[in-house]
Amino acid sequence: MITENVSVKDQTWDLEIKPRSSAFDLHLNDVWKYRDLLGLLVRRDFVSFYKQTILGPLWFFVQPLLTTIMFTFVFGRLAGISTDGLPQPLFYMAGITAWNYFADCLTKTSTVFKDNADIFGKVYFPRLIMPLSIVLSNLVRFGVQFLLFLCVVAYYAFHGAAFHPTWAIVLFPVVVILMAAMGLGAGMIISALTTKYRDLAFLITFGIQLLMYATTVIYPLSAASTKYRWLIAANPMTELIETFRYGFLGRGSFNWPALGYSTIVTVIFLMLGTIIFNKVEKSFVDTV
Amino acid sequence: MSTAIKVENLSKAYQLGTIGTGTLSRDLERWIARVRGKEDPFLTIGEANDRSVKGTSDVVLSLNDVSFDIEQGDAVGIIGRNGAGKSTLLKLLSRVTSPTSGSIKVKGRIASLLEVGTGFHPELTGRENIFLNGAILGMRKKEIARKFDQIVDFAGVERYIDTPVKRYSSGMYVRLAFAVAAHLESEILIVDEVLAVGDAEFQKKCIGKMSDVSKGEGRTVLFVSHNMGSIKALCSNVVILQNGSLNFQGDLDTGIKKYVTINAKSPASIYHSLKSESNKSSFTYIKIVDSDRNQRSEFRFDEDIFIECKLNILKEHLNAKISVQVVDKTERIVFTSEVGVSDYTNKINFNSNLSFLINIPSNLLVPNIYRINFALHIPNVEFLDLQKDILEFTILETGTDFHMYGNSDYGCVFVNCKWNLEVIN
Repeated sequence: MITENVSVKDQTWDLEIKPRSSAFDLHLNDVWKYRDLLGLLVRRDFVSFYKQTILGPLWFFVQPLLTTIMFTFVFGRLAGISTDGLPQPLFYMAGITAWNYFADCLTKTSTVFKDNADIFGKVYFPRLIMPLSIVLSNLVRFGVQFLLFLCVVAYYAFHGAAFHPTWAIVLFPVVVILMAAMGLGAGMIISALTTKYRDLAFLITFGIQLLMYATTVIYPLSAASTKYRWLIAANPMTELIETFRYGFLGRGSFNWPALGYSTIVTVIFLMLGTIIFNKVEKSFVDTV
Repeated sequence: MSTAIKVENLSKAYQLGTIGTGTLSRDLERWIARVRGKEDPFLTIGEANDRSVKGTSDVVLSLNDVSFDIEQGDAVGIIGRNGAGKSTLLKLLSRVTSPTSGSIKVKGRIASLLEVGTGFHPELTGRENIFLNGAILGMRKKEIARKFDQIVDFAGVERYIDTPVKRYSSGMYVRLAFAVAAHLESEILIVDEVLAVGDAEFQKKCIGKMSDVSKGEGRTVLFVSHNMGSIKALCSNVVILQNGSLNFQGDLDTGIKKYVTINAKSPASIYHSLKSESNKSSFTYIKIVDSDRNQRSEFRFDEDIFIECKLNILKEHLNAKISVQVVDKTERIVFTSEVGVSDYTNKINFNSNLSFLINIPSNLLVPNIYRINFALHIPNVEFLDLQKDILEFTILETGTDFHMYGNSDYGCVFVNCKWNLEVIN
């Protein structure tokens, strides 16, 4: 690197700091150079989570477990909402595990500028690293929770519950990537919009709660009345949750056009998010 | 030698006040101007960043049209008062924020130590933090692993390396942080006042490391500090910023001489008596000046300070004395000096202005802020005129032998004691 620079003529520069640059100059090669940082940040998030605890990573189990018990009690027993013939805990846990990953990615990414203003204000590294590390850290967490889900699946299979995995299980990685990309894209859009005017930040905390009810987490799409079904299906997250459930439990409304729709929306969100994020990262320090 | 950093017409505007609904309309205005290809209206209303004066615009130019070049391998000190734009310049150079207009061209990798320990996580151990912090500063994992032992050795925290840094003393924390940053492999290093931390021994180590970096390894170093002593120890050139504009760029000695004259017209360095009664013994005019008789309020430690003092003395006050007293900012009286009027009986015109030029010798007062009290009095009888706390001057740290102690109190005057070594057998 050093020898290269010396040999370069006077007119060429390694770096030019200018007020504005093209919207599509995303510094993706910069991000690649900092890939070690990405790994270390993920490690930091994971390790610092259970430092000075006795149960360690087992704490990742607590939240989905308690939520599942609560949902089973409230929506299953009290409200009696259909679960497509699946055992209730299994149905809810599939929804919760998948939804939590998306929701965590979105909420954490949406405050990335505010949370990291201190470090962003002191040193430069490609800002995109931060949201990426959030998505990856949450992926680790999701992995642990997914193991729990598999344990529950095994338990019910052992007791002969009426469900069976389908071929769509091979779409699982695609679903995870789409959920991550969706959370990342939407989160970056929100984080970029809230650096100067924080109004949106108030919306996001309860907005994500409301959005869960507009997604098929606690009810199957088949249970929605025909009048409103299109509305719930228009939510790109719905098909992802449905595909996830269909793959592992064999119930749910899976179809290719819907998955294609979700994919397109996700790609648009991700591209838009990256562009806006890159535009804002240059001078957000002055306004955050 | 080629240019490592080229700064061209660099400006940075900041908005004062809070950001609220009022700023939305201006954002729209700026956006419309930009779409129509016009100049940013935000910039034209900006004014120089003089913090003490209330301005008419709520947009200030923290940096205003600054241009300079820095040669490869130079160690350049960036000096200027608070609000001169030093920090803004560093922020722009380290890409933390982007300029409002103008550009910076850089050759080579920049590492900036705006504040050491950025990204340290209290729960992680020293070892984990070295890797994390190194990566944040732009190092690859391999690179850090290769330098790991050097870093730990430099910081002197070997025993604690597997302990979470939240258990570290603040000194250890800072030493570790500095050690990581100092071992970065970059062609350009930007340092901001980090040497104000740690004990004297560690500061010496830091200065040593920094000068190794600039002199030994031929890397370009930009160093921002208020401590002219450290600048002198490290840098060969200086850039002086004043209210956001470039005031001077050039060699160190000329720069430091220039720096102390910038704030020359401070009101605290001159006194005019308001009541000009000729029938009373009193001071009429006092001014702090340098050897060229220019009014000044800041001096190098190795520079003579002069005080012009005009006063009126009535004939009956023949036994009066004129006293000058220098007091430092902790109210400690450093010394008092006085003359008797009777000593000058032959030369004095009573009942008219007479003038003294008082010289405070160079290399006497340590860097500090001093106030001067004047008294015209008849000893143990009465004060004819007493002027307390009216004048103030500052001795700047421009490279004394004690500069590494920073702001700690090591006395108020320099004394060259004779040290004779007696070898005991």
